Order: sequence, then structure tokens, then C-alpha cells
Amino acid sequence: MMRAPYHPGNTDKSMPKITFIEQDGTQHEAVVSIGSTVMEGARDNDIAGILADCGGACACSTCHVYIDPAWVDRLPPKESMESDMLDFAFEPDPLRSRLTCQIRVTEALDGLVVFLPEQQI
Amino acid sequence: MPEQIVIVGAGQGGFQAAASLRQNDSNARITLIGEEPGLPYQRPPLSKSFMKDGDPARLLLRPKTFFEKNQINLVEKSRVSFIDRAIKEVETKSGLRFPYDHLILATGARNTKPPIRNVEAHGLHDLRTLADATAMRSAVGSARHAVVIGGGFIGLEFAAQARAAGIEVTVVEMAPRLMARVVSPGISHLFADMHLAMGTQLVFGQPAVEILSTNNGVASGVLLADGTELEGDMVLLASGVQPNTGLAAAAGLEIDNGIVVDHMLQTADPAIFALGDCAAFPEFCSGKRIRLESVQAATDQARAIARNLTGNPAAYDAIAWFWSDQADWKLQIAGLPKENGETHLIRRNHNTATALWFSDGILTCAETVNAAGEHMAARRLLASGLPVTRSDLEMHEYRLTDYLNSTLKAP
Repeated sequence: MMRAPYHPGNTDKSMPKITFIEQDGTQHEAVVSIGSTVMEGARDNDIAGILADCGGACACSTCHVYIDPAWVDRLPPKESMESDMLDFAFEPDPLRSRLTCQIRVTEALDGLVVFLPEQQI
Repeated sequence: MPEQIVIVGAGQGGFQAAASLRQNDSNARITLIGEEPGLPYQRPPLSKSFMKDGDPARLLLRPKTFFEKNQINLVEKSRVSFIDRAIKEVETKSGLRFPYDHLILATGARNTKPPIRNVEAHGLHDLRTLADATAMRSAVGSARHAVVIGGGFIGLEFAAQARAAGIEVTVVEMAPRLMARVVSPGISHLFADMHLAMGTQLVFGQPAVEILSTNNGVASGVLLADGTELEGDMVLLASGVQPNTGLAAAAGLEIDNGIVVDHMLQTADPAIFALGDCAAFPEFCSGKRIRLESVQAATDQARAIARNLTGNPAAYDAIAWFWSDQADWKLQIAGLPKENGETHLIRRNHNTATALWFSDGILTCAETVNAAGEHMAARRLLASGLPVTRSDLEMHEYRLTDYLNSTLKAP
């Protein structure tokens, strides 16, 4: 799969916005490059609740979020490796939990809302 | 006066120490000193996704704005040459001096140069830095036959990428099997079969004795101890690393296969800590002094040191885990085998397997192939501290997820 060139820090108006909401309700709006992953977008915007220890290799589960219910069906489905990793993330939700390193940002994700878990393990 | 914390080494562990310190303490003055140019980046993808996409921006741990916003003083292209413990100050090769209240050594490791003739041959590749990986990517573009010395993670990750790119690949491993230092024989054999099926040639039990070179001195192959000459227009040396301990040793700190630290990751000098590939620490189960080459250990240790320095001390007791991506196979390891350990291999099908290590009948380590759920269950079980016995697992056909679910449901 070809990926769009990826330039963190470059922001323009066509770039999708993703909202990360902490447990206490604090909202962070992140402008994210098309072609990057939601995890990379969080990292580049310094969202503290996303650790991403493995750097996006689907080898840990520390970029776990709960997707806003309105968005769950609008994301590409999970592959089996992601599901397996999520089973043992912190308090996973069978429908809403995702690993952000496995979600590629497209124009269609503009406005995505995700909730951060209480902790990452 | 705010506390001054100096971190030597801007790899993933050093970076994490800076980031976690800032998260826990808004006042400390944090200086992160690294030898390489540019922002701190991740090394694990260099032999994996970077070989495919070649995009250095994806590797960055944080953008430049992060360091500004968090007031982390990043000092690039600087090698610390001296620690003056008496006055608590480090000095760089170029003469810059940084006083410290606490010093964190995250000096990492360097690639081993084994005793092979002509090991300084021009064009011989090894992989440690982004610059090394960039040179390798460019060489792969025009190579026809790559010879890889060393059948460990990096050698095999590269071999799979090069093979997928259509290049002939030969891997030379001195030991009788692949990844002998880190996985059990059954897993080694599974991976050998996978690499052979890709068309990679594997040569075992033969040390490389010389890097062959052209008349211009450019690496052109490898001579083995039995006289075999392997020709290759790209040669990669991937035969392991050794910890960077020279700076600490010169400062009089104890070295034993790494900078010696206690369970709080503190050296005998209470102002100095060490983490990651360069640190030798007491493993919390056995108490045995070990050193791990693992990005997880480096980042978990960085977080532990940050807690210790910001009034929330706790011993380092994270479960070690590792991974390697080779072709479309994912190897994951949770925990560590013990010396008296024995293994039990369960093959689920041609590309899914688990090898479990038991010591005195208790689970200590799980190696999984394409079984992420089993890996995560192993981490959860090992972290629980409760003994998981071989007979417990036998009742669940050695399926860790099933066993874990049964214990979670138990009253």
C-alpha cells in the first residue's frame, strides 16, 4: 500500500482534526496528517495518555483508546492481531476499544472523537 | 533553585526519562545530551518498517515543538567525555559543561566488531543509527546478493526485507540455530523453516573469519572458517552489541557487563542512575544481575527513575518483553527463562506456535509466534506474581488466554 508522504508539524486546513478526551473530560484537539496513524497524530500533538511504547508495531497495547460510539462503525475493522492485543489492554470494551497505531488517518476521519483509558498497560 | 537533571544519551530510554521527568515535575531543569544529529527517534523500526517506507519523520519520538514546550534542553551532536563526580558536572568533547544534581546514564550499546579480518572494509554495513539504516536502504536498491553475518533479530529482520525485495540472501550464523541467545530451539527451527521457504540460504556453525573485498577495498563477500567463500555485493555485520560503559568506568562506577545499579536503578553514587542497554540491574524475580537489550526495558526503567527522582520511589519490577517482525511473522517474548528452565513447544499450525519456559514447574517465559493474545496473556499472568504451574496450563491445553480467563472468572 502506498502511503501519503508524512510530515509531522505541517498543518494546513485540509488536515483532519481528531479530538482526544481524557478521563476527567479534558479535551485535546489534534490536527493530524493524512497517511499517518491516529497514534502518530497523538504523539506529534503530545497527547500524554498515548504511550505507544512499541512505536506502532502492534506489539504492545499502550496506544489503546475507546472510540466515540458514533464513530465505531465508520472506522476500518480490526484485524485479528489488533483484537488479540486489545483483549488484554486496560479494561477493553469489545466494541469501542481500538489500538490507535492500527488506524490510518484519511479525510473521512475528520472530526473523529476518541476517549483515553484510565491507564495504559 | 530548581533541581538540575542531566541525561547522557538521547535514544528512546534517555528521551523517555526526560519526558517522564517533565510530566512529574514542572520545575526541574532537564538537559538531554545526544551524540547524533536531530531529534530523538525510535531504533526498532530501522530494520523493520523504515526499510520499507524510508520515511525518517515517522521515527521521531516527538516533534521539535515538544522539546520547546516542555523546556527540555536537547543538546545534539555532543558526546559526553567526562563525569566529574566531585563537583557534579559532565563535560562534552567540545568543552561544554553541564552541572547536575542528578545524572542519568542512558548511553546505550554499540555494535560488536568481532575478530574478523578486514572488518574495517569499505562498504561493510552495520545497523545502529538512522544514518546506517539510510545507507542500507540505498544499498538494497542496487544489490543482487546480500550476505548477513549474524542470525539474530536485526540480521533476520533485514534478511526478510531484502528477500522480499527480490535479492538473494545468505545468513551466516556461528551457532547451530537462529536467535540462539533469545529463543528456545523449537522457535529457532520454525523461523529457520520460514526463512528457507522465502528462499534465504542459512549457513550454521561456521564463524566468518574475513570480509572479502574488491581491489578497491570494497566489501564483496565473506570467508567462513571452513574456507567457503560467499560472494555478496552487500554485506551486513549484525553480530550483537556491547554496552557503552566507558564513561561510567572512567568515573569509577562499578561495571559488570553494564553499569551496575540496584533495584532502584541507582549506582553506588546516589546522584547517578543508569537505564536501558547500558545498565546491569538485579532482576526482580531471581535477584540475578542482568542487562536487557530491549526498548521496553529502557522506557520502563526511564519511567521508574523519573518516579524515583520526583518523590514517588518504587523498585523496578516490570516484566521484560521483546518482539521481532520477520516477513509477516511476529515473534513476541514475555518474561525471561531461568538457567534450570525447560521448554514446552506447542505448534498450533504452520505459522502459529508457543514455547513456554518452566522452572521447577512454574512458568517464567513465553515465546509466541503470530499469537498476540497469548503473548498479552503471558504478560498479564507473569505480572500478577501468582505462580502459574505446568499442570494448571496442561488442563487448558497450554492456552494462556483460556487459563487466564478461567482464573479471572474464578470466585
